[in-house]
Order: sequence, then structure tokens, then C-alpha cells
Amino acid sequence: MHSVLYRLNTLITLAGFLLAVMCSLASFTDTFHVPSVTAHAEVLKVNRFRKQLTGNDEVSLTLNVSMNLRSTFTWNTKQVFVFVAAEYETAKNSLNQVSLWDHIIQDKGHAKLEAQITNKYPFIDQFGKSANTNMYSAKPYMWEAIFVVRRSNLFSTGILCPRQVKQLKTRW
Amino acid sequence: MDWQGQKLSEQLMQILLVLFATVAFVTGYLMGSFQIMLFIYAAGVILTTLITVPNWPFFNRHPLQWLDPIEAEHYPKPQPVASKKKPTKQYQK
Repeated sequence: MHSVLYRLNTLITLAGFLLAVMCSLASFTDTFHVPSVTAHAEVLKVNRFRKQLTGNDEVSLTLNVSMNLRSTFTWNTKQVFVFVAAEYETAKNSLNQVSLWDHIIQDKGHAKLEAQITNKYPFIDQFGKSANTNMYSAKPYMWEAIFVVRRSNLFSTGILCPRQVKQLKTRW
Repeated sequence: MDWQGQKLSEQLMQILLVLFATVAFVTGYLMGSFQIMLFIYAAGVILTTLITVPNWPFFNRHPLQWLDPIEAEHYPKPQPVASKKKPTKQYQK
């Protein structure tokens, strides 16, 4: 004869299993979602350019960014992490990628941004050759990577939901 | 609970949970809200717990017929036979 605790155990197990199934289905519906994102960034001005003691160059910029990320939000999205990175080529390194600024958007209402931002993180170029390579004309190659972050953290939310992390790139 | 009640309880639990899971998923998808899905499902789980887990009387409609104590005396339990064994034999296993 099944005791109360036995029934409770069965119920909790079944409930947990069905919760996992529901969340997997929810994640699956996201595979059909195609976001259309528009974004634009340009350098407004260079605040300061200095040569560090180590020989590297440090730059502080003010950028004009505008973006519309509303279509990246599905019902299954917890937050969108957006960052602006500078990608350029120098004589020393054929590919440099430096993250300048990032931001977390937690709901659809805040997904349309137009702002003037200064870079959060120091923009340092190695080997101090940038003054010679005219780095600023290479700025048009900025790309924006958008990570759609799902609830992947089990224990803080208490939900057993495996979700995906998707990455989109728009190049302008 | 009795045997019929136990079967009923298990069936109710499975059916109710699956039903609430599908209703929650469909509602959440149509409303575009993950939170609504979770709320409906949580409410469903709590409701199922209240219906299924405690020993409600409607699970005991076919109660088992236990023997009366007096009848049980007519059929006494067999006594174990006291046997004499050498003490060393215990360790031979």
C-alpha cells in the first residue's frame, strides 16, 4: 500500500519531469524565430589618445550608437546582452578585437536604444604602432554581437530549464 | 486508502499533471509569457497535490476486509521449533 510520502515523491518526480519537458519545448519553439535587427554606430569624437608607459596606445572614444533589438525578444528570452567591439587590422596583428562597451537589456520595452556612449573599457592597442597605421579609418568595421541569454542558471531561479544561447551578428 | 483508491489516485495524478502542463504551455505560448506558463503549472501542481496525496475518504470506497481479532485466534501463528545446535556451526556460513 502506498504511503503519503510515496505518493508525494511520485508527484514531485513527475512534476519535475513535465517541467523539464515543457521548458525544452519552449526552447524548441525558438528555433523558428528569426530576428531582424537594425543597428548603427559611429565615432563621434576621440576624447583622448595617449601612449602608455608600456608602449601601448590608449584611446578614449565617444560613440554614437542606435539600435533596435525588439525583434530578438521571444517569450523565452530572459535578457539580451549587447556589446560594441572594434575590429581592425594593424601591421603587427592581422586581427584585433577589442570590446568597448556592453549593456544588458532585460525587457522588450528597453530594446530600442539611441545613445552617446564613451567606452567603458579601455581601448588599448598593443605595441604602440597605431599612430602609424591610421586606425580610425578602419573603424567602419565595427560589428555587434548579440547574445540572447536564456535562463541557464538553475539554482538562482529554481527552474530546471535547459535553454540555448544564440549568437547573431550584424555587420554594417 | 484501498487498492482501488490507490489506482485512482495514481491515474488522477498523471492525468492532472499532464493536463496542467499542456494547458500551461499552450497558454504561455499564446500569451507570449513564460511567467504565465510557470504560474499555471505551479497552480496545477499544488492542486494535484491537494487532490492526490492526502488520504481522502473517496479513495476508501472499497475498504479491505480485515479479519476480526477473535477469528484470528482460531488460526494461531506457528511457533518456531527450538533446536539444539553446536555453537561452532554458526560460523560455518
